Parts: sequence; structure tokens; C-alpha cells
Amino acid sequence: MLIEALTLQLGYNATLVAIGAGLLGIAAGAAGTFLFLRKRALVSDAISHATLPGIGLAFIVMVALGGDGRNLAGLMLGAALTAGAGLLAMHWLTRRTRLAEDAAIGAVLSVFFGFGVVLLTVIQSLSKGRQAGLEEFLLGATAGMLYADAVLIAVAGAVAVLAIWLLRRPMTLVAFDPGFAASIGMNVPRVDLTMMGLVMAVTIIGLKVVGLVLIVALLIIPPVTARFWSNHSGHVLWIAGALGGLAGFVGAAISASAPSLPTGPLIVLTAFALFTVSLLFAPGRGILVVWLRHRRHQRRIHLRQGLLALAQELPIYERYTLRLLVRAGLARPDGVPTQAGRARAAKACRDEARWAIARRIHSHEAAVSRYDGLMPIEQVLTLDEIHEIDRQIDAGGGGCA
Amino acid sequence: MAEFADTTPGKRSQGLPALADKPLAVRGMTVSYGQKPAVFSLDMTVEDGSMTAIIGPNGAGKSTTLKAVLGIVPRLSGMVSVYGAPLAKARHRIAYVPQRASVDWDFPTRVIDVVLMGMARELGLLGLVRERHRERAFHCLDRVGMKDFAERQIGQLSGGQQQRVFLARALAQGADLYLLDEPFAGVDAATERAIIDVLKSLKDEGRTVVAVHHDLSTVRDYFDRVMMINVRKVAEGRVSEAFNEANLQQAYGGRLAANLMDQLQLGGH
Repeated sequence: MLIEALTLQLGYNATLVAIGAGLLGIAAGAAGTFLFLRKRALVSDAISHATLPGIGLAFIVMVALGGDGRNLAGLMLGAALTAGAGLLAMHWLTRRTRLAEDAAIGAVLSVFFGFGVVLLTVIQSLSKGRQAGLEEFLLGATAGMLYADAVLIAVAGAVAVLAIWLLRRPMTLVAFDPGFAASIGMNVPRVDLTMMGLVMAVTIIGLKVVGLVLIVALLIIPPVTARFWSNHSGHVLWIAGALGGLAGFVGAAISASAPSLPTGPLIVLTAFALFTVSLLFAPGRGILVVWLRHRRHQRRIHLRQGLLALAQELPIYERYTLRLLVRAGLARPDGVPTQAGRARAAKACRDEARWAIARRIHSHEAAVSRYDGLMPIEQVLTLDEIHEIDRQIDAGGGGCA
Repeated sequence: MAEFADTTPGKRSQGLPALADKPLAVRGMTVSYGQKPAVFSLDMTVEDGSMTAIIGPNGAGKSTTLKAVLGIVPRLSGMVSVYGAPLAKARHRIAYVPQRASVDWDFPTRVIDVVLMGMARELGLLGLVRERHRERAFHCLDRVGMKDFAERQIGQLSGGQQQRVFLARALAQGADLYLLDEPFAGVDAATERAIIDVLKSLKDEGRTVVAVHHDLSTVRDYFDRVMMINVRKVAEGRVSEAFNEANLQQAYGGRLAANLMDQLQLGGH
């Protein structure tokens, strides 16, 4: 079933949902990247909860006008209105009062959400047994997704991605250095509002599929995951989009592969699985690589210290150091160096002296900053430079020990 | 990035005509945080081609002065004119180096990309980064001795190197007036040397430098003009005249140790 779902062979509706969720994930990952870089991740939580009263109000208005209360476009419009109000309230609270951003987020989130829950309860009691079904916007529900809904999600998602791409430069600049951005005449609050407006748009697009409670996960997990894979903000943006899209598509496919598996939570769990894999195994920042690197570094440090001790005929106190030297055939278990050990120790000693000189020569600054106390000097400086340094060592009668 | 062009102060004033040739003229500028003025009714005139140190004790409003001049924090009152024009019309002539600690250096970006940010105005919203932009960025890095670091992730830099990258970004702005916020704070001796060499070469090119500075012992060597503030202006003028014990005592209160005064070998002793 899952294979069929992933290859879009599970029927019209499942295919529609999977593609829609994939597009939503791309938009969410991309928009979330700038929230993450600006360190405003939780703003999205307040925005998403502020959609609820809008959904309720839109339903009431549409029913009062004699229309279909569950028209998706109408509900999205209502959600946008209150989410926008929540966003502005938060913006105003942080800029114009002494409230910190976390307090503003908490206030807006709880007040708007509380108001939304009241409205939903009222609607339910009024409709007398006839389920309005609005509570499905809390966690998302894709079972009854219409073709028109999918098209709406796809088009709005594409527009959001395009807007993010167009605005990536000012948003990156403001995220990295808002003071500098303001100094060149950028209107930083307006850039921030635009960024959060994009997040709001993605939230509203995602209401139907993921729901307002979980959309924050789809906004934040992909960029956090992408950060493990790249040190370049532009790449983080695209990787986050790709990961979000993948999570949306796979999560929706899994939920379609069996009856009554909820779409939103499965999308979030898929995103989380991608995050876990990255956390553990990403090159550069992953836990495993960091741990291995630390172990290797520790080994090299001990070996180097051991060699320097051998060269200066000092005793080796640490057992680990001695064990490494013995294992490498550089010393006997009683701490006496072997022939090879003597040669390596002399070389280590010479390199220390060379680096000491290199540190004093300004033109070698880049090389020195890469020097970790371990790497062979030949890997960093040219032979000519080393000869020059050796000349200085000999002239100074230096060397080691 | 016209959409994000600012609409902050300066529109009303048509600059200060009498000071049209000055790189920077400030009149009656007040900035308050809450109910407390951080800078009060400040007048400041920066001479063309000068190197000016802004000095004063902690909390005297030195950084705030720069930020308010640039419109980063709002002014409660006062006028700012840059080369005789209101700020909004003359921003392209100013380069700004914020305090190094004001940004997160774990941000995912490379050294060269930070320098390219200095060209954000001319690149605009969608302009492509072309080879000539990269070459200019490399040249700016070369001037601060950081060319070999262009492709590094900024998180790998030392404090002094970070400061030099910020200076390179300011150079990339190609400005006439350079405003620096504590460029020598917490940097190594090699960096301090490299930065002062660059600033002096800017002066030699006829550009103007204003730096918030905290090390009184180097004021005489590095700068030709000084501005002493402690919320209000205490003194302003040539280092040889204004940098004296009476003014320092007034700016710093009793907080300057007597032996430091001796070290500075101030005039009037």
C-alpha cells in the first residue's frame, strides 16, 4: 500500500493530497528558514493559533449570508484576517511596549486561541447536531479534500515560494545584521512584517492539510534540519524547502496507505524522522561525526604530546598516551622510544619550533589560524617558506629542548 | 530595494545649508530610551578628511549617537545632515561598522558573502552577483588581510578576524564617511594594527572616519579630532586641544584614575 501511495497509484484523492502536501511542505520549509535565521521560530505558533477565531467568524458570516459555511477559500480569508490582526498585535506589543517578544507571543497565542475555541463551541451548539466540522482545522483533515482545494493550495504555495525567492536577499541581511540593514536604509520592521506575512500565508495554506496546531512543526523542523547540512544560508533555504516537500509528500502518502491515519501528524513525524537522521548522521554538524572527530582529535593530541615528551626525554604520565605510542610502534611499554619513535619525536619537535616562527610572521596568518597544533607543516606552508623558517631557527640556535 | 526604503526623519529638513561641505553635522539631537535621555541635545560637526574619536564612559551614548545619526534608533529631536543633504538622500555615502558582538557569528554564511552584503544597495533586490562584484569583495578582504579567508564559514573566525570582515564589508560600500562602533574592542594587536592602517589609508584618500573608541591611551596616536560625550557633549575639537585633563575629568567624572592621567601625558600638566 505504501509503495503504491508513494508512486501515486492509490487513486485520485490520495494523489491530490500527496501533491498538495508536498507543495505545502516546500513553501513551509522555505518560509520557515527566515523565521529560524531571525530567531523568531515561535512567532509562527502565535500566528497559527490566531487563525482559529477567523475560521469561526468566517463560518458564521458565510452561513448568515445563506452560503456554504465550509467554503475553504472563505474560511482561509477569515483565518488570514485574524492571523493578520494577531501578527500586528504582536508586532506592536514588542515594538511599542516594554513586553519582550516571548510574552507578546504568549499573550497573542492564548487570547486569540481562546476566542476561537469559544466561537467554535457556540457554532456547534447553534448547528444542533449538524456537525460543522471546523475542529478538523486544528489537526488537519484531508479525507474530504476537493480538487479545487488542492489547486488553491498549490497556487498559493507557488506564489509564496516565488515571493520568498524574490525577497531572500533583504530577509537574509536583516536576519544576519539588522543594524547594518537599517544603516543602508532598509526598513527593518517592514522586512520583518513581510517575512511574518509570508509565514502567515503558508500557515493559512496549510490549515486544511496539517492543521493549525502542527503547522509550526512544518515551518521550523525543515530549516533546523537543513542547517545540519549546510553552512550557507542560500543552501539552507533550498534544502529546507526540499525536506519540507519530502516530509509533506511522504507523510501524506503514508496516511493514505491505511484508513484513519491522520495526515498532519504523519507529515510532522516524517519531518521529525528526517531531522533525527540529520542530527545523528549529517557530516560536519551531526552528533556522530562530531563525536568521531572529537575522538580522533583526542588521539592526535595525546600522540603529539607523547612524541614531544619522548623528544625531551620527559616521563609520560597518562596511560592512554603511552598505549597509543606503543600501539603505533613508537615506544616500548616502559616508555622508551623505538627507532621510529625517535625519528617521529624529532620531527614533531622541529615542527613545533617552525610553527612558533610562523606565528610571528604576519604573512602566514591564514596558515597559522588553520594550525591545530598537530598537522604536518608541509600541508600548510610551501617548501620555500619552511626553508626560510628553518634558516631562522638555525640562526637563532633554536630548535626544541 | 526601493520597497524597503526608509521614511524616517530627514524629509522635513533640507539639510543644514551653512554646513553643506561637512560630512556630518548634527544639531540638537536627543535620543531617549524610555523616559531617560541617552543623548541630550547633541551638536556635532565632523570635518572633511578627519579622523574623529567619540569617547566617553560606559552608557554615555556613544553607540547611540552613531545609531541615531543613521536612523537605526529614532531621534526624539534634532537634525542630521550628511554632506549637506538629509540622511535619506545621502545614505550611499555612509558606511557603518556595527559592534562585532551585535550579530550571531554562527549564522550560516561565508566571509565573502558578508562582504558582498556591503553591496546590497547597488545589487538591489534581484541584481546578480557578477565577477566584478566578487573581485571587489576580494580586494576589500585583501585590504584588511583576510583574502585567504574568503570561503570560510564566519563561525570559524577569531574575534579580530570577525572585526576585519566587518571593516571589509564597510569598504565594499565604497562610501565617503565611515562610522565605526568600537572597532578595536577585544581584538588582537595584529588586527588593531591592520584596522588602523586601513583607516589611515581611507583618510589619505580624503575620506572621513568617525569611530566610537574606548582606549584613551591610543586616542593621540590614532585620531586627529575628538568628541567627548557623557549624554551631553563635553568637548569637541582637535585632539591636541580638546583632549585634556579638564575635559576628561568632566566627561568621566571622578572615574579616571590619577595614574592613567599621568600615562596619557595630557597637556596642562
